[in-house]
Amino acid sequence: MRLTARAIPTTNVLLFLGLLAVFFLSLSIGSASVPVLGGLFDWLIGQPGISALVMGEIRLPRTLLALSVGAALGLSGAALQGLLRNPLADPSLTGASQGAALGAAFVFYFAFLPGLGVFAPLLAGLIGAGLTLLLTLWLAGSGRPALLLLAGLAVASLSGAALAAVLNFAPNPFAMQELVFWLLGSVSERGMAHLVFLLPALIIGGMLIWQQRPLLAALSLGEQVATSLGLNVRRGGRIIVLGAAILVGASVATAGNIGFVGLIAPHLARPLAKNRPDHLLWPAAAIGAMLVLLADIVVRLMPPGREIRLGVLTAFIGAPIFIRLIWKERREWL
Amino acid sequence: MALIDVHDLTLPNRLAGVSFTLPPGEMLGVIGPNGAGKSSLLQSLAGLLPSRGDIRLAGTPLHNLSNVDRARQIGFLPQFCDSAWALAVEEIVALGRLPWHDRDEAIIREAMQETGIEAMAKKRIDRLSGGEQARVWLARVLAGTPRLILADEPAASLDLYYQAKIMDTLRQHANGERGVILAIHDLALAARYCDRFCLLKQGRIHAFGPPEAVLTETALSDAFGVPIHVDLAHSPPIILPHETHQKPL
Repeated sequence: MRLTARAIPTTNVLLFLGLLAVFFLSLSIGSASVPVLGGLFDWLIGQPGISALVMGEIRLPRTLLALSVGAALGLSGAALQGLLRNPLADPSLTGASQGAALGAAFVFYFAFLPGLGVFAPLLAGLIGAGLTLLLTLWLAGSGRPALLLLAGLAVASLSGAALAAVLNFAPNPFAMQELVFWLLGSVSERGMAHLVFLLPALIIGGMLIWQQRPLLAALSLGEQVATSLGLNVRRGGRIIVLGAAILVGASVATAGNIGFVGLIAPHLARPLAKNRPDHLLWPAAAIGAMLVLLADIVVRLMPPGREIRLGVLTAFIGAPIFIRLIWKERREWL
Repeated sequence: MALIDVHDLTLPNRLAGVSFTLPPGEMLGVIGPNGAGKSSLLQSLAGLLPSRGDIRLAGTPLHNLSNVDRARQIGFLPQFCDSAWALAVEEIVALGRLPWHDRDEAIIREAMQETGIEAMAKKRIDRLSGGEQARVWLARVLAGTPRLILADEPAASLDLYYQAKIMDTLRQHANGERGVILAIHDLALAARYCDRFCLLKQGRIHAFGPPEAVLTETALSDAFGVPIHVDLAHSPPIILPHETHQKPL
């Protein structure tokens, strides 16, 4: 289908409706059969009851969390691919996700921030993401976006090595198991309070990236052209990296590593945005959110027992999609 | 008033004390051997390199203009263009409107008409030939309605048909209040189109003025380091290096 300029808003509306459908599907699936709208209404007006409890305390936070994490990953992936002019750029390239993982590892091993309970890994993850981001920005100096990528990769490797060292010297197997499972990614057993951390990050990171849309558009034609069009590539590039790191750091700190979504969502969204990196942001966020929501629905539909972790599932879904995209690309070049 | 007035433009190791004036309605060819500073001069004028010196655009010092105002006045066409994404031709041309914060469809259509690409408006850039792409990159610059176009080797690696097309379009742009400065290696092609020349050698101006003053055998032979034969009276003009060795029989 050839999309005209006027068709893009229609596509966006369809994406929104799709997202809404998956959102309600996610609310309706679980071990107990509960009326979705009735349960939500009861919860909103404070009517006690099993359906209000299931909706308000379990399914709604889980669904909103999956949605936010997916949107954050999709959005940051689209922004970084646009900034680096590279379809293989992944949000983890900022070093923020490894930093968040390292921060959380400290909590599991050294009982860091004991007073915060379940929020300790979250806060430590955010601190870790922030520190790795500062290190990346400092290392890249006033360099070009491509240098930021290298700096991010270097810092990510360093954090990865530190994480491996922490695993190596695990004080006991239980701490190690807890961390490994946490790293595999999940949106279960989390509450509204986690959203209180994630939503501001989603809004701030999203706004930082959103205001750099002209730069993302101009960078399609390279840094020289973008500069000659009156845009500040260095400053804008740092703002985009900052926004992406906030999004990724916060989502890894809340839900662990959810692989492939940041890489795949922009690819799936690109045809809907006529390949324009500035029009890609919302579709990539919506598709990222749908992917994580759908993956989490599959997690819940699996037979009871040992639950498959969300991050494992997204990788299993994401990798074949990625392979298919490479296959398609290869055919186009022949 | 001069369209652009450059005084003592200096960029360490690349340009030294470059000064010249270009009146509106003219096309200036920047020529010289590889590494003479042609691209550096264009990039300095476009604000891409941090040069020293006084550059005035229609009387206004360039450093008094904001990035956006500068982009509205000066369009830059780099030597190597590419698009990271498979954008449609009209989307690429529309990027030229970024400094104006609008998407003026009439101006975009006009830019495509001037370069003869309106029939391929919906086509993807990666499906076009090199010559067709060159016209798209130029249309993107024209869509910004700049007063001054800086074009770095716009006709390089194009066949004769597309060379003429691109040069005709640039020539058309350089009238009234507007002007064009282009870096170019093909001296004979430049001689047909440019009103004025700036011959650079090792970052300095070796000769500046109308074709008959700059395109002389002495000046060119000295700048390029090979004996050069010039016949401007011939139509089209001939500018070729003298044969330095016999062709094998």
